[in-house]
Amino acid sequence: MSDDLDDLKQMMDAATPPPDPARRKENIALAQKNFENLQEFWGHGRPTSDRPTKGLMSGVRKMLNIMSSRGALTATTALVAVYIAMLSPLGDNLMPTSRTEPPAPAPAKIERDDTVAVPVEEELPAPLVEPQVMSDSAAIAPAGRMMESAPATSYIVAEPPVFMPESNTETFANADSNPLQVTAENPVSTFSIDVDTASYAVVRNALMQGQLPPRDAVRIEEMVNYFPYDYAEPEGDGAFLPTVSLSPTPWNPDTRLLQIGIQGKGVPLDDRPPLNLVFLIDASGSMEAPNKLPLLKQSFRLMLSQLRPEDEVAIVTYAGSAGLVLNPTPAGDRSTILAALDRLSAGGSTAGEAGLQQAYATAATMTEEGELGRVILATDGDFNVGLSDPEALKTYISDKRESGTYLSVLGFGRGNLDDATMQALAQNGNGQAAYIDTLSEAQKVLVDQLGGALFPIADDVKIQVEFNPATVAEYRLIGYETRALNREDFNNDKVDAGDIGAGHQVTALYEVTPVGSPAVLTDSLRYGADTAASGPEDELAFLRLRYKAPGAADSQLIEMPVTEDTSGDAGFAAAIAGFGQLLRGGAYLGDWGYADAIDLANRTKGDDTFGYRAEAIQLMRLAESLSDQ
Amino acid sequence: MLMRTDDDTLARAAADGDAAAFATLIEHQYDRLFRLCFRLTGSRAEAEDLCQDICAALPGKLRGFRADAQFTTWLYRVCVNAAHDRRRRAATHARAAEGWGTWEVDRRAADQDTAEAIDWLMQAMRQLPEDLRDTLALVLDDITHREAAEILGVPEGTISWRVSEAKKKLAALRQREETP
Repeated sequence: MSDDLDDLKQMMDAATPPPDPARRKENIALAQKNFENLQEFWGHGRPTSDRPTKGLMSGVRKMLNIMSSRGALTATTALVAVYIAMLSPLGDNLMPTSRTEPPAPAPAKIERDDTVAVPVEEELPAPLVEPQVMSDSAAIAPAGRMMESAPATSYIVAEPPVFMPESNTETFANADSNPLQVTAENPVSTFSIDVDTASYAVVRNALMQGQLPPRDAVRIEEMVNYFPYDYAEPEGDGAFLPTVSLSPTPWNPDTRLLQIGIQGKGVPLDDRPPLNLVFLIDASGSMEAPNKLPLLKQSFRLMLSQLRPEDEVAIVTYAGSAGLVLNPTPAGDRSTILAALDRLSAGGSTAGEAGLQQAYATAATMTEEGELGRVILATDGDFNVGLSDPEALKTYISDKRESGTYLSVLGFGRGNLDDATMQALAQNGNGQAAYIDTLSEAQKVLVDQLGGALFPIADDVKIQVEFNPATVAEYRLIGYETRALNREDFNNDKVDAGDIGAGHQVTALYEVTPVGSPAVLTDSLRYGADTAASGPEDELAFLRLRYKAPGAADSQLIEMPVTEDTSGDAGFAAAIAGFGQLLRGGAYLGDWGYADAIDLANRTKGDDTFGYRAEAIQLMRLAESLSDQ
Repeated sequence: MLMRTDDDTLARAAADGDAAAFATLIEHQYDRLFRLCFRLTGSRAEAEDLCQDICAALPGKLRGFRADAQFTTWLYRVCVNAAHDRRRRAATHARAAEGWGTWEVDRRAADQDTAEAIDWLMQAMRQLPEDLRDTLALVLDDITHREAAEILGVPEGTISWRVSEAKKKLAALRQREETP
């Protein structure tokens, strides 16, 4: 080696730090744990055949059972998911809607790899299915960041076939678009409501920066739910009131849009119980950017003006170490709170878990019997250090939810934003996940909708729609991919679902194809039993809604038929749903494009008091110009 | 130098399911692994995370370790591949600015007393194309050109060319900085 290279080598040696002892220990422990798990999985020692003898699904199940420990689950779920994707003949169709047929173990041959690259999906051949769903998401995610969204989690250990593809997305939680369903084969559609709006803000941010958003960042239901609609308010004691309407589909003259709108009861702000808020603020180094911590401070100032003197506020920060920055303080004492906010500065890495524990402990001291506390986590989503086991963290949040402290998540800044983490945390904490990129968004989330964000009026709201095969040939749920539930989960009160806050609105759209319509895409089966459809001629579907009063263990049921003559105008919601589908690739839209979406949105924009809809039209124009390039 | 016969034996035992051998092996190799990870990523935090990735996947990988291979060479190849995957993911997730980018930010904020030469090397490494950076990281880790060729899966001549290319680039950088 030449002298100059020796110099370089000396310099490099001097520059190389020793490994962090704690991480070293953790990583080695992780390796050993995985080693043991794998030995058990394969049955001690290397099997002589290339295939486990007991059938792959049982192997996977066993592996899942073994993976109860910290770290191991995190690190290996991706691996497990890959196995399942390959083993299932359903392949990329592993959506919950197809769960009625359990994927039979398929004889996939697992080769020992000599290529030694880390991501598993490239090396294990899948003879039956292209594991497409997994291609981007299933690389072994850095264990600390791998996320699953809530609906998926509740099933993971129970039954392998209920894996949803999004369970391993590293950054954006999403799944393949809901496929078309044939009513005769699969008449029931079940999902959990979703009041999050984070996806819309992410889409807006991307478009404003001159880029089309990544497809997986587009969750149509969150875009639709971003906008207020004109639904009837519930009267009397009802927590919410469903509104159902049928209207022509803008992108297909031969189908109709079934719109299900839910209006939560508004709580008069003067009348509300006192709030106990703990702000858990991420003060890690990555929060330094102007659109993060500084925006967060401004946002909280806005929100503070909405609080009343008897409300209590505390601030916990987490960075290198977690700390209580502001003791529980009455909201009337604005100067103390503002001073504490001003003292916040970014620095250090993130220890999310310790911060969360402290925030919950603080909330527990603030809430008296019968009161609800809420932790509001503000972060850029980068739980790099500390969150070594998302599974354990989510369990923790769920437990706290049961004991009356909820969690909302506010995302700030792009780049680090771990959307999937935010989703998962908020879903488990009965809270809302919102993404704040501008001060006006802060105004919308924290001021205009303060009631909804902070007062739950109904928990675990599930929607089940049974379509009538006599009148509906095919249907398709637009959006809600990450919120799909099993049919049997609807009546199971143990299965968690989304929650509605005071004044919240939730909108779901189905595209339904009537029997006899030229738009029917599937042919009837030649050999299938042609069961005579026996439903009433004038009913399209039957809507069932389940919800729990906040804190209650048992759910209540609301039922209503959807009749042919329920007319309405999906209008702006349809324009946004179309826009979202265009951003996701728009397989069902035909020639309908951005220009049509803009036209429809313009015609249906209405009063638009806050200017949200005008902004959406602007975004459609941006998307149109970007998609031309 | 590079070869550690005992580690090769341990690796074979581990591949056959010997947990104690695996424990000893990982304990032996971890620091070396971390060193290479650091040089490939240029950031301590990234290196720790990369090590974690590798540790998590290593037991599964080990089944592919063949008795005739040299464990260290094999491990380096796992490491380089894992680093590539990590970079690819980082790029996909707009986190490309991390790693060497973060290092640069830290560097600016860092203590003024940081040795200038080290400082310069880190910054310079960051400016090298990825293939040259990987090659240099290996070669600076006492890996021969032949072994580096095996690890990176390219002919030995390519390694020599890359090293001289990297040296040229570094020299050019230095010259540009010294003549303001």
